Amino acid sequence: MNRADDKSSMIEVQNLRKRFGSYTALDGVSFQVKPGEIYSYLGPNGAGKTTTIRILTGLARRDSGKVRLNGCSIDDNPLEYKTNFGLVPQHTNLDVDLSVEENLVIHGRLYGMSGREISARIDELLKEMELGNKRKITVKKLSGGQKRRLLIARALLHHPKILFLDEPSVGLDPAIRRSLWGVIKKIKGDGATVFLTTHYIEEAEFLADRVAFLDAGRIVADARPADLMAEIGTWAIDILQLNRIQSFYFRTRQEANQWAASQESEFTLRRVSLEDAFLAKTGKKVE
Amino acid sequence: MIRGWSAVYFREMLILRRRLFRLISAWSVSPLLYLIAFGYAMGKGISIQGHTYIEFLIPGLAAMSSMTQSFAIGSEINIARFYWHIFEEFQAAPISNTAYVLGEVLAGMTRALLAGCVILVLGALFDVVLSYGPSFWLAFLLNSLIFSSLAVGLAMLIKSHADQAMVTSFVITPMAFLGGTFFPIEHLPHWAQIILCWLPLTHAANAIRASSFNEAPQFSNYLILVSLGILAFVFAVMTVNRARD
Ligand SMILES: Nc1ncnc2c1ncn2[C@@H]1O[C@H](COP(=O)(O)OP(=O)(O)OP(=O)(O)O)[C@@H](O)[C@H]1O
Ligand SMILES: [Mg+2]
Repeated sequence: MNRADDKSSMIEVQNLRKRFGSYTALDGVSFQVKPGEIYSYLGPNGAGKTTTIRILTGLARRDSGKVRLNGCSIDDNPLEYKTNFGLVPQHTNLDVDLSVEENLVIHGRLYGMSGREISARIDELLKEMELGNKRKITVKKLSGGQKRRLLIARALLHHPKILFLDEPSVGLDPAIRRSLWGVIKKIKGDGATVFLTTHYIEEAEFLADRVAFLDAGRIVADARPADLMAEIGTWAIDILQLNRIQSFYFRTRQEANQWAASQESEFTLRRVSLEDAFLAKTGKKVE
Repeated sequence: MIRGWSAVYFREMLILRRRLFRLISAWSVSPLLYLIAFGYAMGKGISIQGHTYIEFLIPGLAAMSSMTQSFAIGSEINIARFYWHIFEEFQAAPISNTAYVLGEVLAGMTRALLAGCVILVLGALFDVVLSYGPSFWLAFLLNSLIFSSLAVGLAMLIKSHADQAMVTSFVITPMAFLGGTFFPIEHLPHWAQIILCWLPLTHAANAIRASSFNEAPQFSNYLILVSLGILAFVFAVMTVNRARD
């Protein structure tokens, strides 16, 4: 593999496998993410989303497969590999007895930043995350949403090229979630590559350049959201049959209407969403 | 390859500072009780190796706290790892295993050093001031190097916080009582002395006590402490990768 190939993808994963005892959590996962893309990794509980991120960030071992970030292999040079990314884990991992600022300073020092650099970056990020007045506050006293934003600020502190976000919007109210989406778009605008797992399909639909559906440790689809939706149709009809809502998909509105006219039960006509594509591929609902 | 150790150490110091008052109180309680019960009340009129019992006891307590307080860094690491998941922040950061271990071990040693000072101050309150020169502190620090390193290593290997408590009750507490803290090991049967000679605390207590009494400490004690310190540190570095799932 030559250097030029390496550069064309920021994240490169080939045939990744991971077992926990006899349980196969990842069963040959492969994907590539290009620089500046937002890649969204969707899947039901236990699909292996967090496991993928943990392996990519060096928190968990893999059984086999190849992993590269920015052309750098985790085995050849783990320290250089790790400078490439920032991580927002699924579970908040802040020092709750320390202040917002102290948490950030420790992070900056871990990444070899100078005191002045750290301080300037803290100013910038706290303002961006609307935590400007919380600098000296103990983390314990922050709300859930504020802690999430602090985690993002911390992950961005050292200017990573890649940001791993493991369900960043979990537990946030709708308004805060929307503002977080703005933040993520801005991170992309600044040139970073974003790897995002989420349970909120509309989040992936709004943010992602590309979406992968993960199901029981395998990627069952990997494409642009529009293409995934187009694959099943443009219009959907939901109809109540045998106490269950069934969805049917059509290319045109006219086709849909014609079909609906032949039905007895009540129906709703709507546009196909990413959720339809997800259901069609995995046969499961994302909680 | 040890860039980043200061960040790990810095974090532990911030936490230590936040709790310093509580810790100093905690560090004072049991030594104070030992001093009152064994040194003052029971030890009156007893003399060991030409010293009053309380003079004998204070270097022993210093040796003991250099062990227990540096070993306590293991609990801190475990709480950070299993409860707060902060260890993941270090695992994901571009620092080597050696840097991580060095930061934590130095934090454990710092903690022990502060606890040791508390003992010496308590001793002074009982009117006992011995000689605390370089050979005293060298043995003290080597002993805490050994036990901080062991604590870091065990913290990486164990799977839950409860395991840590087990190690403390089955290894550390017995050693604290038998390793020459409260009585000279020469009072024990020969076979027991041979076993105790394998324990680092015995050598640390010997060296620390000899220094406190202005006697020439045995070179072999230091040699053993240095060797064990290096071994324990290497062991700790080798365990860090094991903490990944
Ligand atoms: N340390 C572990 N030991 C044993 N099994 C594990 C471990 N970590 C994860 N698993 C298993 O691997 C599977 C994938 O877990 P993972 O956390 O990656 O799922 P996820 O897609 O992130 O799910 P969620 O949406 O609930 O966060 C699950 O079945 C889980 O039980
Ligand atoms: Mg998860």
